Amino acid sequence: MSDNAHTETTHSAAGFVRHGAASWRDYFTFNTDHKVIGIQYFVTTFTFFLVGGLLAMLIRYELLTPPAEFSTTTYNSLFTIHGSIMIFLWVIPAMAGFGNYLVPLMIGADDMAYPRLNATSFWLIPIGGLTIIAGYFVGQSNSGWTAYPPLSLQPPVGQTLWIVGVIILGTSSLLGAINFLVTIALMRAPGLTPGRLPLFCWAMVSTSLMALFATPVLTAALIMLLLERLLGMNFFNVNEGGDPLMWQHLFWFYSHPAVYIMVLPGMGLVSEILPVFSRKPVFGYKAIAASSMAIAIIGFAVWGHHMFTSGMNPWLRIPFMLGSMVIAVPTGVKIFNWLGTIWGGKIDLKTPMLFALGFLGMFTIGGLSGVTLASVPVDIHVTDTYYVVAHLHYVLFGGSVFALYAALYMWFPKITGRMYNEAWGKIHFWLNFVGFNLTFLPMHWLGLQGMPRRVAEYAPQFQTVNQIASIGGFLLGISALPFLVNALVSWARGPKAVDNPWRSLTLEWQTTSPPPVHNFAVTPVVTHGPYDYGVGIAPTGVAAPAAAAAAPAGD
Amino acid sequence: MTAHTLAPARTAPDEGLKRRLSLWLFFVSETMMFGSLILVRFHLWGPGRVAHLDQVLGLDLTTILLLSSGTMAHAEALIGKGDRKGFVRYIAATLILGLLFLVGLGYEWAHAPFGPTQGVFGAVFFTMTGMHGAHVLGGVIFLFIVLLRGLRGRYSAESHWGAEACAMYWHFVDVVWVFYYMVLYLL
Repeated sequence: MSDNAHTETTHSAAGFVRHGAASWRDYFTFNTDHKVIGIQYFVTTFTFFLVGGLLAMLIRYELLTPPAEFSTTTYNSLFTIHGSIMIFLWVIPAMAGFGNYLVPLMIGADDMAYPRLNATSFWLIPIGGLTIIAGYFVGQSNSGWTAYPPLSLQPPVGQTLWIVGVIILGTSSLLGAINFLVTIALMRAPGLTPGRLPLFCWAMVSTSLMALFATPVLTAALIMLLLERLLGMNFFNVNEGGDPLMWQHLFWFYSHPAVYIMVLPGMGLVSEILPVFSRKPVFGYKAIAASSMAIAIIGFAVWGHHMFTSGMNPWLRIPFMLGSMVIAVPTGVKIFNWLGTIWGGKIDLKTPMLFALGFLGMFTIGGLSGVTLASVPVDIHVTDTYYVVAHLHYVLFGGSVFALYAALYMWFPKITGRMYNEAWGKIHFWLNFVGFNLTFLPMHWLGLQGMPRRVAEYAPQFQTVNQIASIGGFLLGISALPFLVNALVSWARGPKAVDNPWRSLTLEWQTTSPPPVHNFAVTPVVTHGPYDYGVGIAPTGVAAPAAAAAAPAGD
Repeated sequence: MTAHTLAPARTAPDEGLKRRLSLWLFFVSETMMFGSLILVRFHLWGPGRVAHLDQVLGLDLTTILLLSSGTMAHAEALIGKGDRKGFVRYIAATLILGLLFLVGLGYEWAHAPFGPTQGVFGAVFFTMTGMHGAHVLGGVIFLFIVLLRGLRGRYSAESHWGAEACAMYWHFVDVVWVFYYMVLYLL
C-alpha cells in the first residue's frame, strides 16, 4: 500500500510550486510537501556535513606534525569554514529537517502551517551555504565561526560573504521557528493534548522559542559588522569609541542559546528512540518536557561564560558561572530520566538504539566537561585550549551528531519505505564510536597541558597525542562511508519496510511507509499517551483501519 | 485497502488565530532585533543625551507617525463597518503620512550634525533610524498594496485580513519609533 505514496503531484498556476514528489526531479523543485522538504534538508545538510568533515580531516592532517604545512591563512580559514559549515549548515538545519519531516506526522497533521514559507526556509539554506563557501575561494575569511572583531574587520572579502551567508541562514531558521510554533500550537490531531505530545515536538517548541528570541539579535549584530566593514561605521572599533566586546556579548547572546538549538531537538529524538527500543513507557515524561523549557529559559542567561577571559566586568563572571552550572540541573534531569526509561527495559540493540545510547554516554561526558568549563578558575586555565575543542565536540558530535545518526536509522524505513542493512549500521556505529573517542578524548589532556586551539603549529611534546587524534579523525571520516553506502543502496534496493517495523506507538508509524502525500487517510484521533509500552493498549492514534490492524498492541 | 480511496485527512486550524499568532511571533522576533539596537545605543553612547539632534524635527516625526496610527486605526474601523470608500480614504491618508515621515527622516539624515561614519554617534543614529526607516518603507509598500486592493473592492466587513495585518504591522512600527524617539532624542 506504499505504492500510492508518491503519486500526487500538484502543479500550481505559478508553475514552479509543487506539492509531493512523483520522481526524483521533484526534490529539486520549490516543493511545499513537508516530507519532500525534510528529505531535501537531510540530503543537503549531509552533503555539507561531508564537506565539513573533509575540512576537519585536512585540519587533522596539518596537526600530524608540529610545524605548519599549510600557510597559516589557509589553516585559519580551514577551521573557520569547518566550524561554520558544521554549525550553520549541518547540525542546526539537519535538526530542522527532522522537525520538518516528523512534526506534522507526529501531531497527525497533513502538513506544516505554512508550506510555502517552509519551502522558502529550505531554499535559503543552499543559498546561504554556497555564499559562505564561495567566500572560501574569493578571499578566505579566517576569524573562526565566532567572527570576533577586530579580526573580522580585516579585508578578506570572504568575511563579507560569510556575514551575508549567516544572515540568510539565520532568516531561514527564524522562519522555520515561527512555522513550527504555529504548527504545533494549532494543528494537532483531535485528542492530542499537550500532555500527549511526543517529546520531540516539545523539544521543537523549546528550540523554536530560542531561535525566535535569539536569532534576531545575531542578525542585528551581523548587520552592524557588515555596516562597519562596508561603510566604515563604528561599532566595534576602539579607536572611534566602539567596543569589540559588544560583538562578543551580542554574538554569544545568540550563540549560547544556539548550542541548545543544536542539541535540544537531538534530545527530543533520543527521547523518542529510547522507549521504543526498551519497550517501556518513557520515565518522567513531564520532567523531560519541562526540562527542555527550563533549558530554553536559563540558556538565555549564561552567554557570558564564553567571555570569562575577554576583559568584561569581572563581577559578571559569578552570575554567569552560577547560571551555567544551574543549567546542568535540567540537563541532568533528562539524563536520569533516560536512564530510568531504559532501566529494566527489554533493550533491543538495533542501530538507532546503539547511537542513542552512544549519545547518552558521550553527551554526559561533554556535559561534565561543560560544568568544569563553567567554573571560572578552571576556565581561565583552559580558555582557548584543546580542552574547549574536546568539550564542544563531545556535546556537538557525541551529542547532536550521534542523535542525528540515531534518528536517520530510526526513521529510515518511514522516510524511504525500505529497511537499511542492520549489520552495516552496527559497523558504522562502532567505527564512528571508536573514531570519535580516539579523536576527541586525548584533546582533554592536550588542553589541560596548555595546547592552544586554532593554531597550525604546536610544541613538539604534543606530537604523539596529536597523531592519535589524527588517526581517530581519519577513522571518523572513513566511518561515514559505510553509512553512505548503506543509505544509498538500501534506499534504492533495500527490502521493503513494513509500516511500523519498530512497533512504535507514535502517530508517524501508524501511516504507510513512506506516508501518502497528505500523511493520513483519515484524521487520527488520539486516545492516550505516545509511550504507553507494555501497558497493554493500542497505538496512540488509529490512523486508518488497515494501519490499526497491522499495528501490534504493545508487548 | 488503499489510502487514496478515502478523502485525505486535513487538519484545518482556525485561520484567524493562525494568522494572528504568526504575526505576533514575528513581532516578538522584531522586538528582539530593535531591542538589541537600543542596548547597543546605551552601551556605546552611555545614558546621556546627544544634544545636537534637532528636537523640533524629532517631535514632528513622532507626531506624524502617531497621527498615521490614528488614521490607520480609523481605516480599520471603517472597513469593519463595511465603509469601503472611507476605508480607502483613510488608508491613503496613512500612506501619505508614512511618506511624509520618510521625507522628514531623509531631511534629518541630510542635516544631522554628524555623518554615519563619524564616531559611534553616527553609527548608532543612522543604523537605528535606518533600520526603523526600512520598516516604515516596508509598511508604506504594504499600505500601497492594501490601497490598490481596497480600490478594487477586495475587502469587506467580514473579510479584510490583509488590511488588519497591515494595521497591526503599522502600529508595531509606530510603537518601535516611540521607543527610538525616546532613546535617540529625549534621553
